Order: sequence, then structure tokens, then C-alpha cells
Amino acid sequence: MAEITANKGEGEIAVRDSGWRARIARRPERVLSPILLVVVLAAWEGGVRFFNVPSYMLPRVSRVIFGLYQGFVISPFSRGGYWLNGGVTLVEVLLGFVIGCTIGLVLGIVISQIRLLDATLRPYIVAFQCLPKVAIAPIIIMWFGYDITSKVVMVALLTFFPLLVNSMAGFHGVDLDRIELLHSLSASRWQIFWKVKFPSALPFIFAGLDIAAVFAVVGAIVGEFVGAQLGLGVQILSMNAQMDTAGSFSVCIVLALMGLALNSAIRAVQRRVLFWAPSEASQRAINL
Amino acid sequence: MAGMSDNSAAREPIFRSLLTEPPPLIAIRGLSKTFATLQGERVEALVDIEVAIGAGSFATIVGPSGCGKSTLLRILAGLIPATAGAVEIAGKAVNGPRKDIGMVFQSSILLPWRTVLDNVMLPAEILGIPREEARERAHELLRMVRLDGFENKYPQELSGGMQQRASIARALLHDPAILLMDEPFGALDAMTREQMNLELQRIWQASGKTVILVTHSIPEAVFLGDQVLVMTPRPGRLACVIPVGLARPRALDDMTTPEFGAATHDIRKLLQQKGTLD
Repeated sequence: MAEITANKGEGEIAVRDSGWRARIARRPERVLSPILLVVVLAAWEGGVRFFNVPSYMLPRVSRVIFGLYQGFVISPFSRGGYWLNGGVTLVEVLLGFVIGCTIGLVLGIVISQIRLLDATLRPYIVAFQCLPKVAIAPIIIMWFGYDITSKVVMVALLTFFPLLVNSMAGFHGVDLDRIELLHSLSASRWQIFWKVKFPSALPFIFAGLDIAAVFAVVGAIVGEFVGAQLGLGVQILSMNAQMDTAGSFSVCIVLALMGLALNSAIRAVQRRVLFWAPSEASQRAINL
Repeated sequence: MAGMSDNSAAREPIFRSLLTEPPPLIAIRGLSKTFATLQGERVEALVDIEVAIGAGSFATIVGPSGCGKSTLLRILAGLIPATAGAVEIAGKAVNGPRKDIGMVFQSSILLPWRTVLDNVMLPAEILGIPREEARERAHELLRMVRLDGFENKYPQELSGGMQQRASIARALLHDPAILLMDEPFGALDAMTREQMNLELQRIWQASGKTVILVTHSIPEAVFLGDQVLVMTPRPGRLACVIPVGLARPRALDDMTTPEFGAATHDIRKLLQQKGTLD
């Protein structure tokens, strides 16, 4: 009894002290993360100044931030600004993502429902998965030209596989008991698919979307590196040619923010759709 | 006891009931099931099962693992075909899933993205029962299994016993005449299991369904069953049908009566004779 009261007492203290101290004690990472960022940036800035590193090797943090500012204050239609180039890259990423994911999902559904098709195609799917897709970029540019289409194709190609492979894994992993339950009610194939198989596969499909979001930005940038007229990848190349390393860094920050926004959007949808799934299971990545 | 192990003895109570009662709701005649393994071997899961179950009665099937009791239940449900023999329900041969059967499985198989109410209403969506009618009936059934107030919870928020009660409500939604239960309480702890046995007896008496329940617990089989079908493995045979004459409703204390003791003793002895309990 005495122990229980003692514990209760401690608990009360913790509850009473619900100010910033208690909050830090509960989630120390919320303070440590920003501190880490400040320390690293300060070390970077100080190190570059102290060792006199030439700015084309490693620019100061302040120059990178200034580059970011310059890229955005410029006219939205300027070929040197981040609005136009970022907009082009974003359109490539979004269009390619939607097209690639849709085709990947639909094919994943079709293939996993038809056993013969699955068995016939599986070796080729595995083989394609092992191929680094970015290696096809020059061919894609040759086929589809220097404008936006080739980059959209590139993004679609990279996002297609995670969705295909993950949805196939999802549909194969459906709990057989759930299917038997529907069978016992004399459900049709169609009913079994929509009532059980599709919802059961959703955690895998979302894991595929997570991976695809990362691949989408990779695809757009690689495509732009190989051949494009506009886009953040083009801008990185031209800045590098001008030894504007600070500019290159600032474009990388824009790209990271773009990937982060896409990822957050998917997570937000996932939280609403997959409220019932344990979060660990829904983050199981198949294709990384 | 000696004569109980052959099929003629198993048939005896049926003939007796035929004289006094209407024909049985479920008639199983010469039923056999042989599986082929991947290596091409033939495994006899069920051999020449012969039994009749009257409407509104409670039959339990008991036996060790591998005696084919779940296979028998799946054939009754029309989920898998028999190799030989036939099952007739209300005079018609079973050759696929039927709408007058409700099934309860070992795990509750509630869909985690649906609320308890929506889970219970699942059969209505499959069978095309009007939504309003189904909703009313689902509420009624949830009251019967004592889950009123939990309609809008998700299955993950329920205890194991509550989940299984919800799955019983789901099995009864389309008002089937027959309830097939495949070791429904096997995953529950002993205390919850006894409570569930009492609940099931109450639900059965309130609903007037014919229930066939598969279990590997001899006391559970005797406590719940009007007749206990005792099965032995390799190959799966119906060793004996033991009628249990205990009055209804049965209480947990009835497990200490001499009659209960005699029935469990008989079953245990029968299974030991067959060398199935090591």
C-alpha cells in the first residue's frame, strides 16, 4: 500500500508541473532537434570563416540563405528564379506521380487477381525492379524530347514500380480468413474485392505511395539533368557551371521542401484513411 | 460402451428420433472427404460420416486435432465439396454456400476499418438486405449479445470475448436457420470461455437456431450439446454420438453433477481407446 501511495504522489507532482519543464522532460527531442540544427549551422558558418574555405567549395550558410532569398524575390516568370523552375519541376513531379501511381496500382490489382498473369509476369517484374530506372533517363529524353513530357514519363516510370510491387504484395497478403468469411456468405468476386481485399491492401498501397513520393522528385531531377530547358535540375546544372555553389545548395533546400510537402500530404491522407491500421504495419516499406 | 464405436450404434439415436419427431433438419449420409497432398498422397480426412441433427437442437463435435471436425463443418457450410456422400439441409443437397447458414470462426474476423455495427451489418450488404431493416436487426442482435452501447466502437477497442460476441451477432444478421461454429472460444481464457458458453446457451435458447459447434474441449462439448459427436483421427471417423440429457438452461454448477461426469468420462474413455489421447 505504501508504495502505491508513494507512486501516486510522484504522479501528482508530474501532473502539477505541467509547464515547459515537464513538456521538455516528456519530449526532449522537440528541443534537441532545433538545437542540433542551430549548432550544425553555426559550426558550418564558423568553420568556413575560420578555415577560409573558398565559397565555390563550401559557401557560408548565410550565402545559401541569401541565395534562397534571391531566388524567390525575383519575378515569378524569370528563367533564373525559383518560382518558374520550381513550378515546372513541381508540375513534372505531380503529373508523373499521379500517372505512375495510378497505372502501378491498377496493374497491381489486375495482375494479382489473375494467377496466370501473375506467374507469367513475375520474373520480368523482378528483373525490372533490379534495374536502376534512372539509367533509362537518356533513352527517355531521346524518345520524348527536351520538354516537360520526358520528365513526366521519367517520374511516372519511377513511381510506377513501388505501387505495382506494393499493391501486389498487399493483395497477396490478405488474411484468408476474411476471404473465407465472405465466401461463407456466398459473396461474389467483386464483393470480396471491394469489401475485403482492397481495404486490407491499403496499408501496403500507402507504403508504396510513401516510397513513390521520394522517387518522384528523384525522377524529375535526373530527367532534368539529362536534358531539359527549365526546372530546378537545370538550374542546379547552370549554377554549378557558374561555380555558384551557394545557389546549388539553396535549390537543394527547395527540392527537400518539395519532397517534404508531398510526403506530408500523403501522410495526412493516410492518417484519415488508415486510422484503423497500426502505424508500424502501414509503414512497412517493400521496395527501398 | 463396446458397441458405441461402430456406425450402427451412432445411427441408433437417429432412428429413435425419427419415430417421434419430424425428419432432421440436417442429414449427413456416408460423407467422405479425401485430400490430395502436393506429393500426390491421399489423406482421408473424413470417412463415412453418418449423422442427423434435428431442427432447433444443439450439436457439438469434439475430437483431437486432425480428426477432420473443421473439415466436416466446412463441408456443411458448402465451402468445400465432399468426395463422397451427401449433406442435406431441409431436404436439399448442399452444393455451395447457403443463405440459411451463419458461420462463426475461431477468430472473430471483424474488419478493423468498420465499426461494430457496420461489421454486424456486413452480411446484409452481401445478401442485399435493405439497409434500414438490417440496421434495426443489427441493433436488436447487439442487444442480445450484450454489446449495446458499443455500436460505434471499432473492433480493436473491444476485448476478445466482446469481439467474438460481435461475430456471433454478425452470423445471425440474415436470420439463418443454422449456426455453424468452428472452435469459437478456443482463443479465449478459461474464465471468459465459461461465460461465453453460458451466453451462447442463452442466445441459442432465445433465437431458436440449430447450432453445430466444433470444439476440442470435452467439458465444453458436453455442457453445450444436446448430442455430442465424438470424432477420432487418422482417418477422421465419427466414433459415437452421445446424447446429453441435462435439463436446460444448464448452469456452470451442472458440471459437477454425476450425469455430466459420466458423459465426459465416456467421451474421454472412447478417445483413449482409440489411442488418440497420448
